[in-house]
Amino acid sequence: MSVIILLLVASISVASLFLFAFIWSVKDGQYDDEIAPAVRILFDDISATAKPERELLPEEAAK
Amino acid sequence: MRKLTTSPATPRCYHCGEDCHEEVLRAHDKDFCCSGCQMVYEILNQNGMCDYYTISNNPGTSRRTKVRADKFAFLDDGKIADSLIHFKNDSQSHISFYVPQIHCSSCLWLLENLHRLERGVLSSKVNFIKKEVDIVFDHQVFSLRKLAELMTSIGYEPYISFSDMGAKKTRIDSSKLYKLGVAGFCFANIMLMSFPEYLGIDAKEKSLLLVFRYANLFLSLPVFFYSASEFYISAWKSLKHRFLNIDAPIVLAVWVTFARSVYEVLTATGGGYFDSMSGIVFFMLAGRVLQDKTYQQLSFERDYTSYFPIAVTRITEQKQETATLPDIRLNDTLLIHSEELIPADGIITRGKALIDYSFVTGESLPVAKEMGEIVYAGGKQTGGNIEILVIKEVAQSYLTKLWNRNETPVTAPDDERSFVHLLSRYFTIILFAIAGSAAAWWYFHDPSRVWTAVTAVLIVACPCALLLSNTFTNANILRRLGRNHLYLRNAQVIEDMAEADCIVFDKTGTLTTGLYQDILYEGEPLQEKQVKAIGALAAQSTHPFSKAIAAWAGSLTRQGVSGFREIAGKGIEGIVDGDLVTLGSAAFVTQQPLESNDASVVYIAIEEEVWGRFKFRNHYRDHIPSLLQKLGKNYQLAVLSGDNAGEQAYLRKVLGYNAILLFNQQPMDKLEAIKTLQAQGKKVMMIGDGLNDAGALQQADIGIAVSESNNNFTPASDAILAAEQLPLLDRFIRLAKANKQVVLTAFVISVLYNLVGLFFAVTGVLSPMIAAILMPCSSISILFVTYGLSNYFGFREGLK
Repeated sequence: MSVIILLLVASISVASLFLFAFIWSVKDGQYDDEIAPAVRILFDDISATAKPERELLPEEAAK
Repeated sequence: MRKLTTSPATPRCYHCGEDCHEEVLRAHDKDFCCSGCQMVYEILNQNGMCDYYTISNNPGTSRRTKVRADKFAFLDDGKIADSLIHFKNDSQSHISFYVPQIHCSSCLWLLENLHRLERGVLSSKVNFIKKEVDIVFDHQVFSLRKLAELMTSIGYEPYISFSDMGAKKTRIDSSKLYKLGVAGFCFANIMLMSFPEYLGIDAKEKSLLLVFRYANLFLSLPVFFYSASEFYISAWKSLKHRFLNIDAPIVLAVWVTFARSVYEVLTATGGGYFDSMSGIVFFMLAGRVLQDKTYQQLSFERDYTSYFPIAVTRITEQKQETATLPDIRLNDTLLIHSEELIPADGIITRGKALIDYSFVTGESLPVAKEMGEIVYAGGKQTGGNIEILVIKEVAQSYLTKLWNRNETPVTAPDDERSFVHLLSRYFTIILFAIAGSAAAWWYFHDPSRVWTAVTAVLIVACPCALLLSNTFTNANILRRLGRNHLYLRNAQVIEDMAEADCIVFDKTGTLTTGLYQDILYEGEPLQEKQVKAIGALAAQSTHPFSKAIAAWAGSLTRQGVSGFREIAGKGIEGIVDGDLVTLGSAAFVTQQPLESNDASVVYIAIEEEVWGRFKFRNHYRDHIPSLLQKLGKNYQLAVLSGDNAGEQAYLRKVLGYNAILLFNQQPMDKLEAIKTLQAQGKKVMMIGDGLNDAGALQQADIGIAVSESNNNFTPASDAILAAEQLPLLDRFIRLAKANKQVVLTAFVISVLYNLVGLFFAVTGVLSPMIAAILMPCSSISILFVTYGLSNYFGFREGLK
C-alpha cells in the first residue's frame, strides 16, 4: 500500500503550493486594495482604440 | 453620483461635469465651467492623454477655487521633504500622497500615467480604497515640490497635513490572514487523513493507520502553535487585566483537545480530535477576520494634526521662511495666505481677516476680524493675506488643547464590555459543573473513564459557538451598516449603539446643513427689475449670504455692475443700471445702528432708500423633524448648539418638553454637558460634526461624526455617518439592537448541538467521528442562522 503514502505526499505538496500562493498574495498586497486591480486590467484596451490627438513633438518629449 | 440629467439650457463642464452657471468657456468644441478645468483639458490634450475623458464621463473635479502658486513652496525645505519621503537612494525617492479627489477609473488611469506627463516620474500606483498614490520619482531631475504642483495642475492636489510628517508607511496587519490560511490548509488535510480512521481500515494495515495519525499530529502543530496563538494572546491580555474574556475558556478547550489527542496518538489508543480542533480554530479565525475587516479608508483616530498644514510662512526681519508647526514659537509673526488654516491662536497685526470656522463649528458664515483682535487656531482665512502674532503655541492653542486633553473617559477597553464575555463566564461555570459531576459519577462507577469523560466534556462544550455567532453576526451587521454609509470603528460600537438611552445632537452642520440657507424677504414688494439688480450685485461676491441671495434672485443673465465695493464683514455695494444698490448689515445699509444686531439679517437699499431685509435661517436637513419625533418617543434627546437661541422655539416644538436645549455652547461646555448626563447614569450617544464637538464626541459613550462626503475630515469618533443618511438613524439603532437577538438565537441553536455532544461526552463514548460531524455542522448552521437573521432584520428596517 505504499501507493497511498505516495498519494499522501502528492496531495499535501499540491495543497502546500496553494497555501504558499495564498501567503504570497497576502504579502503582495492583493487584499489591500480590491478595486484598483479590477479597473486597471481594462486600461490597455482603451488605449489601443483611442489614439492621442497628436504625437509629442521631439522637444516636448525631451523636456 | 453625478447628476446625469440637466436641462439643455445649462451646459455641463466637459472636465468636471458640473453645471456651468456663472460662465461658460468654449474651447476645442467643448464647454468648461472655469479656466482651471479648461487648463487641465489642455495639458492632457497636449500630451495625448485624452483617454482620461473616455474612461469615465466628466471625471474631473471642479477647479473654480484656485490654488495659490507658491502653496507647495514648503516642499523645497529639505527637512520637510525628508519627513514625507519614505525611501530615498541616489536616483529615486518614494512618496505616497493622499489624494481625496480620487473617485473613478479615470482618476486611476491618469495618476498611473503621470510618467507620460513628466519624465521625472518613474512610476506611480494608486491604492483606490485608501485614496493614496505611491509615486517613485527621480529627484535629480524632478523635485517633490514640482511633483505636487504637477498633480495640482491636472486637478489632483495632494493633501499634505501635519500628521503626515515623519509618518512611515503603515502596512495593514495581515498576520490574522496568514494564520487563517495556515489553519485552513491544516484543517482540510487533517480532515482528509481522518477518513480511514472513521470509515474503518483493514486490520492488516494497522501500520498505515499509524502513518495517518502521526501525519495528523504533525499537521496540527502549526494550528496549535501558530494559528491559535491569536486566542492565546487575547486571553493572556485579558487575564492580566483580571478579566475573564471569552477567549480564556476557548484556549482551555483547545489545549485539552490537543493534549488528549496527542496522548491518544502516542499511546496508540485512538486517532484524537485533531480535525475538530483545527476546524474550530479555522472557523473562529474566519469570524475574527470578517469582523475586523473595517474601513481602512476612514480614520477614526484623527486629531488636530490631520487638519493642520505641515508648515506655514513665518516672517522674520522682513524675510519670509518656511516653518514647520512644532517650530512655531510665541511672538512669531506668521503670514496666513488666503484659504489657509490658522495654526495657532494669535492676534491680527496686518490685514483684515474673514475667518471661516466651519472646520471648527460647522457654521459656514465667515466671521470678520479686525487688526488687534484674536483669532483662534482651526479657522480658515477666506479674505486676503493676513499676518498674525502668535500668542499661544500650536499645542497650547484653545482647540488643540481640547483635543490633547489627557482625561480619557473611564470605560473598560473595547473588547471587554461585550455581553458575550459575561455570557461565556456563566457558560464556563455550568460547563465546569457538568464536567465535575461527570467526573464524580465515573469515579464511583468506572474510574478508568474519568479522564475520557472530563476531557470530552471540555472539548464538546467550549463556548466557541458563542464566539462564532458573535463574530459572524457582527461582521454582517457592520457590512450592512457600511453599505448604508454608517461606518463603525469596530464591532463593540454595535453594542454601545444598542445600549444608548440618550441622544445628543449638535445643531449647526449636523441637524442643519452648513451650506444652504433658507431665505425670507420682508419689506416693500420688489419689482422684477429690482430683483434682477439685487441678483446682479450679489453675484459679485462669494460670501455665503450673497450666494444665497443670487440664487434667490435666479436668472442666468446678469447685468453689469460698476463701482463694486465689498467691505468685509459689513456688506457690498455697486451701481446696477444707474442705481446704487447696497446690501449688508443694518449698520452698513442704514448708516445708523439699529436695535437688532442679528447677524443673520441682510438689509437692502436702492439709491440709499431702505427697501427691506432678507432673513436667513439654517436649513434643516430633510426628514430631520420626523426623525427627532420618532426618537423622542424612546430616548432622552438633547441639542447642544454653539449658536444663539434663535431656534429655540422651533426646536422645542419638534423635540417636545422633555428635551434638553442648550445654546451658546463652547466646546468645553458641550463636553461638560455630556459629563453631566453621564453622571445621571445615562448612556450618551453624541452626534456632531465639527472640531468643536471633538471633546464631546470622545467623552460620549458613543460618538458619531456626521460627514458631508467621505473625503471630508471628521474628528476622532466611534462611527462616521454620511450626512444624507442621518434620517435613517432610528433604523440603524434598531438594527444594532437586533444584533444581540441574532447572536443569542444562533447561540441557542448551537447549544442544542452541544447537548447532543454532551450526551455522548458524559457517557464517555464521544468518538472522534461524532465530534468531527458535530463540529462543522454546528459551525455551518451558526453561519447560516447569523447571516440569514441579520439580513432579515436589515431587510425589515428597509436598509440596503
